Amino acid sequence: MSAQPGPSSLKQVPLHALHVSRGGKMVPFAGYEMPVQYAAGVLKEHLHTRTSAGLFDVSHMGQIMLRPKSGRVEDAAAALERLVPQDILGIVPGRQRYALFTNEDGGILDDLMVANFGDALFLVVNAACKDADEAHLRAHLSATCEIVPLTDRALIALQGPKAVAVLEKLDPTISAMRFMDSGPRTLLGIPCFVSRSGYTGEDGFEISVPAADAERLVTTLLADPAVLPIGLGARDSLRLEAGLCLYGHDIDTTTTPIEGALEWAIQKARRKGGAREGGFPGADTILRQLAEGAPRRRVGLKAEGRAPVREDAPLFADASSTNRLGRVTSGGFGPSVNGPVAMGYVPTPLASAGTALVTELRGSRLPMQVVKLPFVAPTYQR
Amino acid sequence: MTTLFTSDHEWLQIEGDTATIGITDFAQNQLGDVVFVELPKAGRSLKKGETAATVESVKAASDVYAPVSGEVVEANEALAADPSLINSDPQGKAWFFKLKLADKGELEGLMDEAAYKAQTE
Repeated sequence: MSAQPGPSSLKQVPLHALHVSRGGKMVPFAGYEMPVQYAAGVLKEHLHTRTSAGLFDVSHMGQIMLRPKSGRVEDAAAALERLVPQDILGIVPGRQRYALFTNEDGGILDDLMVANFGDALFLVVNAACKDADEAHLRAHLSATCEIVPLTDRALIALQGPKAVAVLEKLDPTISAMRFMDSGPRTLLGIPCFVSRSGYTGEDGFEISVPAADAERLVTTLLADPAVLPIGLGARDSLRLEAGLCLYGHDIDTTTTPIEGALEWAIQKARRKGGAREGGFPGADTILRQLAEGAPRRRVGLKAEGRAPVREDAPLFADASSTNRLGRVTSGGFGPSVNGPVAMGYVPTPLASAGTALVTELRGSRLPMQVVKLPFVAPTYQR
Repeated sequence: MTTLFTSDHEWLQIEGDTATIGITDFAQNQLGDVVFVELPKAGRSLKKGETAATVESVKAASDVYAPVSGEVVEANEALAADPSLINSDPQGKAWFFKLKLADKGELEGLMDEAAYKAQTE
């Protein structure tokens, strides 16, 4: 029926047994068996995360420690700056920043989080890219850094307005963390890495935990009446409403950071005239597009009516046009918006909010409008 | 009045020469939360196997095929207004449309409830 690999070729996460025991519906995802939903279903899981707290297992993602051979974290930061257009030297200890591995064309190899732990940099990368990212780091940074994939750790996320109150019960100082703070923390006596961040648009935390202790920590968190386990289905609708990119869909090697509307993630130090201008793969293209604009842009899209418009739907200028101007890269039903939500690429002259476009759904033309992202305002605790 | 089932997880309630058609509890469970449904208009003539309706869940779009041929006499407007009825009452309030049967002989290939249950277990 499908070319997906059989269960035998799929890897399991440390929390596999817990997912199954909680009624998780396991599906193949990036080479792993992952829960797409639990008994509550995608809609309820999504809304629960926005009003209470949701617990996500994202252990399929890659966790990599970059240890400077000199012992000076600045050396690891300076080395990593050769692969990303971000100001990594500017990340002070205890803080984290969103970053992009770029290629020579200015395309995006992966998006990632980089945290400064004082003596090392802690990276979290996408599951589907982690082997390539590790090879990329080894090829370019081996002279200055030890590249240590942390394969014996699980990664979970606790997201939603009640996440802080739930986690405070395990560490009363957790509420002092601000959005994008990150560092080692002890929870239930377990040495964890905790960051105040996530992929839902909600306040929340991401917790790296040794695989052997993951079930104990997660069982404790799930025992809190505010917390429900949430599958990948709701993770996708939550991040889409929050206007966050999914690598391999909204951004990839054919999209530059400027086309992807991610210029906010390129700090002044790496821009033209900055202290460390350029010096990353694709800098010519990316810095030129920063100054002059890109030919196309990622935008938010809202369809008329209630039918979801999904990935790969074509975009046209008007009802009679057959000239495909762009396409939807992520689309579905937004439970909090209570309507269809989408993102896609359009030529830059058509990228301003309010621009009317047309898509095609089951052979009929359907009006769409360019809208501002995100669809749901974030509640990050800055 | 008899209720018949298809291997595509549809049910048909037969009254005289009219069939009321919907999808089964098994089908709604597979689909997940339904957020949109597109129903055929009254008067439309459907051939057996033709796409009659589309169901959009949070996960994906699924086509519903006409299990038998006939003319649509009524579509369920209440379902179009509240597609979540498919999840809450698939074999009751969430009927999709009523069909005036073109050929009652087409019913012979369909399953009774016991045969359908055996298939989904």
